[in-house]
Amino acid sequence: MGITFRKETFRDDFTFRNSPEHIRRFPFPFHEDSYMYAVNIEPHVVGPKGSVLENLIDVDEHYVAEMQDRALVLAEDPLRCQSLRHMTLAGWDLLELLMEQQALGYPEHFTLTRDGDRWRWINRPLGIDDTFTFGDTSTLPYGPMEYITRQSQGDFCILDQRDGNLWMDAGMVTTQADWSLDFDIGMNFFEWHAPVPLAHEKGIFVRALKFLTNIQQGKPARRLNWTMTINPRLDTSPENYHKWGPDRATVTPENVGDKVHLRVELQSFWRLPRSNGIVFPIRCYLIKMDELVTQPKWARRLHRVIRDLPEELATYKGLTRYRPTLLEWLSKLDDGSPTSPGFGPD
Amino acid sequence: MSTGTTRLDVVVSDVVPVNDLVTRFHFRRRDGGLLPTFSGGAHVVVEMRNGERTRLNPYSLMGSPLDTREYTISVRRDDAGRGGSLFMHNQVRPGLEMVVSYPVNLFSLDLRAKKHLMLAGGIGITPFMAQTAQLAGEGGNFELHYTCRTASLGTYADVLSERYGRRVRLYHDDRDERIDLDRLLSTQPLGTHLYVCGPGGMINWVRDRAAALGWPPETVHYEHFAAPQPGLPFDVTLAVSGKTIRVGEQQSLLEAIEAAGVDPPYLCRGGVCGQCETNVISCDGKFIHNDHWLSEEEHRSGKKIMPCVSRFEGKSLVLER
Repeated sequence: MGITFRKETFRDDFTFRNSPEHIRRFPFPFHEDSYMYAVNIEPHVVGPKGSVLENLIDVDEHYVAEMQDRALVLAEDPLRCQSLRHMTLAGWDLLELLMEQQALGYPEHFTLTRDGDRWRWINRPLGIDDTFTFGDTSTLPYGPMEYITRQSQGDFCILDQRDGNLWMDAGMVTTQADWSLDFDIGMNFFEWHAPVPLAHEKGIFVRALKFLTNIQQGKPARRLNWTMTINPRLDTSPENYHKWGPDRATVTPENVGDKVHLRVELQSFWRLPRSNGIVFPIRCYLIKMDELVTQPKWARRLHRVIRDLPEELATYKGLTRYRPTLLEWLSKLDDGSPTSPGFGPD
Repeated sequence: MSTGTTRLDVVVSDVVPVNDLVTRFHFRRRDGGLLPTFSGGAHVVVEMRNGERTRLNPYSLMGSPLDTREYTISVRRDDAGRGGSLFMHNQVRPGLEMVVSYPVNLFSLDLRAKKHLMLAGGIGITPFMAQTAQLAGEGGNFELHYTCRTASLGTYADVLSERYGRRVRLYHDDRDERIDLDRLLSTQPLGTHLYVCGPGGMINWVRDRAAALGWPPETVHYEHFAAPQPGLPFDVTLAVSGKTIRVGEQQSLLEAIEAAGVDPPYLCRGGVCGQCETNVISCDGKFIHNDHWLSEEEHRSGKKIMPCVSRFEGKSLVLER
């Protein structure tokens, strides 16, 4: 049984919705009733059936619509996809990883056949059937990174490892929470994290870098991050701030449930074998408040997290403007009863 | 979480004597599948089980990264060492089932380089075997300068010369041939990266001259694995796990900790990656630091030790393990 791909949009009329099964599998990011930064990294191993961790590269009902949205973003702004000259080998590494993982997890939708360096890739949801020579860029319609990330959900940053640091030297970034690849390209780990409040003082980035530079082949790791977005818009980039920034002023007590979305990023970290780089897929999951509160535990907990969030974090995540309206709405769903431990719904 | 690597079940598919000192070992997957792809400069840690004892030594992968049907390593016999290389030379035969780690690369090529200038001494040639194969496959620009004691001990010098012709330059100690290092380092095009692997003295010499001639530190790369040295036995208390252990003459402190059922993280087992860094809670005696990870100041402080290569002599040592 394959996935039924939804026809939906992430712009204009915003027809994006989660099916009831997808609401239950949503990667809710709070395991307790409060939130503070931590180096919340764990091994990226396969999780329970029916969860977003059932496969290490997750494909879901939004796949086709997300790929169409990515194509629209790229048509308007090709700089969302960049690869510095020395990163082509890493692009081939990523192509191999994503083809292998998608074919492994979803054989009814994707097939990879390898005969030496002669590869055939069939992507049925997007109607692609290409044969190419692995390692020879001239046999693909795009560079290897762009080719495969036009067919893979989530943003992808490829980090070069050198001088004990990681460098943002390639990426495909169209579903980002207000950061720009074009701005960050070529920066190192500390440079591109400079705007994050509080975490530097806690020494989090020094420890995180030490961990990431020691990620080993065959042992990927992951963490969750979150923010909130008004309307189910994937492309909340600084370049397009004029399109989505004003949305924050449109939240009213009547439309909170439909407009306000929890945006969760499943970030994973993989050592790439040929280039010795690291790929950092950032997979974005959206859920509107009306959908989220169908799970009473999540409704209660989200209320408490947003209520107690330190001011700096609320500002950094861009919640300030509509936080009171959201809190008022969520408070009606919080009867004060205890929540069970762990992320999942009751 | 531990940052150790996944292990691979392999079988020795061939053992080839290369010269009086060096033997090459070929490994294939026991299940007949392909091995993980690796990048030039990567090593694997080979588990050597000899009766009760397990030694784990790192060896550079020297095959082409484009061929993952087998891994190959070359082992130089060290008659004065702890016995790892002697075990490989004397006990390992085709058909033997062994365990190696996933590849780890701590000596990676900088792919931004316009040119890769490689300096090898002795058995330090092995990572360059893989790196040159990788670069040649991509049309990369490299030049290899290789110093060996005699022509007959010039491991793979013939293979390299045949493959790469004038891109390989050989220097023989017994013929008094020496690299004109200053001249070499001062005549390179902009964007050149320098790589050196060989005896400690050679690495220090090259790094010093490169620094003196104005090479930016981020363009100078070196692989400095120190094999664990044998030494006097000593006793250690592991405070966290509540165990007291004895480190044997031919055993490393890390191996003794592991033999007691405690598993600190590790990657290189050669004193460079920093993974097994261990806090000293108390000690009465002197440390024999052999690593390249801790600073001189940390060595003097007596507060940290790298158990993969360093030892201790004295009355008592308590570690936070």
